[in-house]
Amino acid sequence: MSTTERYIPDRLQSPWARRLRSWETLLLAVAVAIFTFNAFASPYFLNAWNLSDATFNFTEKAMIAFAMALLIIAGEIDLSVASIVALASTAMGAAAQLGASPTSLVLIGLVVGLLCGAFNGVLVTVMGLPSIVVTIGTMSLFRGISYIVLGDTAYGGYPAGFSFFGQGYVWWVFSFEFVLFCVLALGFGVLLHLTNFGRAVYAVGNNATAALFSGIRVNRVKFILFLLTGLMAGIASVCLTSRLGSTRPSIGFGMELEVVTMVVLGGVNILGGSGNIPGVVIAAFVMGLVTFGLGLLNVPGIVMSIVIGGLLIGVIALPRLCSMWRR
Amino acid sequence: MSVIKKVLTTVAIGAALMGTSASADTTRIALVVKALGIGFFEAANKGAQEAAKELGDVEIIYTGPTDTTAEGQIEVINSLIAQGVDAIAISANDPDAVAPALKKAMDRGITVISWDSGVAKEGRQMHLNPSSAPLIGNTIIKLAADHMPDGGDVAVLSATATSTNQNIWIDEMKKVMGNYPGVNLVATVYGDDLADKSYREAQGLMATYPDLKAIIAPTTVGILAASQAVTDAGKIGQINVTGLGLPSEMAGAVESGATISFAIWNPIDLGYAATMLSYNIAKGATAEPGAKIGMGRMGEATLDENNEAAMSDPFTYDKSNIEEFKSVF
Repeated sequence: MSTTERYIPDRLQSPWARRLRSWETLLLAVAVAIFTFNAFASPYFLNAWNLSDATFNFTEKAMIAFAMALLIIAGEIDLSVASIVALASTAMGAAAQLGASPTSLVLIGLVVGLLCGAFNGVLVTVMGLPSIVVTIGTMSLFRGISYIVLGDTAYGGYPAGFSFFGQGYVWWVFSFEFVLFCVLALGFGVLLHLTNFGRAVYAVGNNATAALFSGIRVNRVKFILFLLTGLMAGIASVCLTSRLGSTRPSIGFGMELEVVTMVVLGGVNILGGSGNIPGVVIAAFVMGLVTFGLGLLNVPGIVMSIVIGGLLIGVIALPRLCSMWRR
Repeated sequence: MSVIKKVLTTVAIGAALMGTSASADTTRIALVVKALGIGFFEAANKGAQEAAKELGDVEIIYTGPTDTTAEGQIEVINSLIAQGVDAIAISANDPDAVAPALKKAMDRGITVISWDSGVAKEGRQMHLNPSSAPLIGNTIIKLAADHMPDGGDVAVLSATATSTNQNIWIDEMKKVMGNYPGVNLVATVYGDDLADKSYREAQGLMATYPDLKAIIAPTTVGILAASQAVTDAGKIGQINVTGLGLPSEMAGAVESGATISFAIWNPIDLGYAATMLSYNIAKGATAEPGAKIGMGRMGEATLDENNEAAMSDPFTYDKSNIEEFKSVF
């Protein structure tokens, strides 16, 4: 038998053609278009400090979006993330009143996030309840606790060192939040695309039963993803609380929808099974650029929501329209 | 000239044109509200537009987040800083959370004042209160006394016994009672800002003091409940309910006559005065304790030791203007 080897492609298109037609290319083009448009529409856009300020519009949401992307790829969802942010912030505020140090405040924020994630995870994986129902419930539950604790009042008086996480700069215009966003993007990219765990996430999302029979511990994967999402909400809560320097029960209200929008805009299939982290990263930039650019033109927030909604539908519909037209 | 050079020159000229057209001589004042789509703030914007028209060279940027969150307001403030507006006049969702962003604005030479809902001292140059405790205390007793030419008994229906604002107003009211001879304060009761408890307390007042001429309720919940109690008891015309209320809620009581007149701040005047103050400070007036700064047709604002000022007496609403304001807030 001869030992000649021949490369047998597993796809019909070459890798380059695939990349060119991919979602991320389309999204990247949209991002570049928005950037160019903004630069021409407003004389204030191309300024390093202004752009740096603008990153705060999306960094906290994007941190949660990374974990949410994995969760949605695995076929589950967590709508309670904004409420986890509120509850973690309330816990940190209460601890700050007792004189906790910045380090212990961060730990408290992360632990509360993890506990909330674990609570969601147990309800979904052990009790077998649908995640959308569970997390709509915990969305009210977690924020409700914040409202009971705080009512009309607010927690303030965070220690001086705590403000670094939301207001500090690592180098020049690069804020701590932005650097953390980059590090987390890299971390989640590696986790999803280069590890066995990442492959398991795709397998669970595509066919949970088949994954189970292939020896993947489906419930364990899901539970870990809920934990991760809770943890990321905790991290986002630390950043947001530090940036605001105060906690009100309405903190982060409505954030969950923006996070899910970011994930779907990033090309993650809302039904699970496909999607990737680079897409979510670009989507975060697109949403940040759109809101900041429109803000510079003093477009009211309501109109901004309409534009984001239109963008979401447009970007999702475009590839489908193209393929229909080709036929 | 190379192509690149040509492009660069065009861009430079374009940028210069844009820059000049934006800054020319127009003073750009941003009116930042708690959230867009709230009647009270839309009315304040009306006042700001009126002030801009009067001043001539002013552009008003009326803006705010979609939800009443501090983080939404910070996004708005950041984009205003980026645009280099001349002044920001804000009604804050959180006095502390917006302070760092506003401090950054002041560092870049932007005039910052707060109005309606204040900002922590380090985050603004001055704060404009719609009114002050002495002015409110005087207004509520005057509203009752105006319709009691022969004097008589009045009672106060307040919020809770520990409500800071209401207690201060009632104290201020008691201080000026001497100016209204013949008017006796017979009782102060507390409805705890609950509609049903306020209603029962008003009923109790009518039963205990048959000669009662007026009920003064310096709370929006109390005035509404008391006017309902008076209407239900068939005592319209005998007992006048007055105090602080919202035009949208009180329109019915004013129509029926249970309430002849009541007071609350006028958002149009507030937006007007905030714009005038922003303009004057941006043009060089110094905001410091004791300073007097002009507010156009609203007179002058005198700053206290915390750089806070009161605009005016609360505005009186009666049959003549309730129709206009009931749809506003």
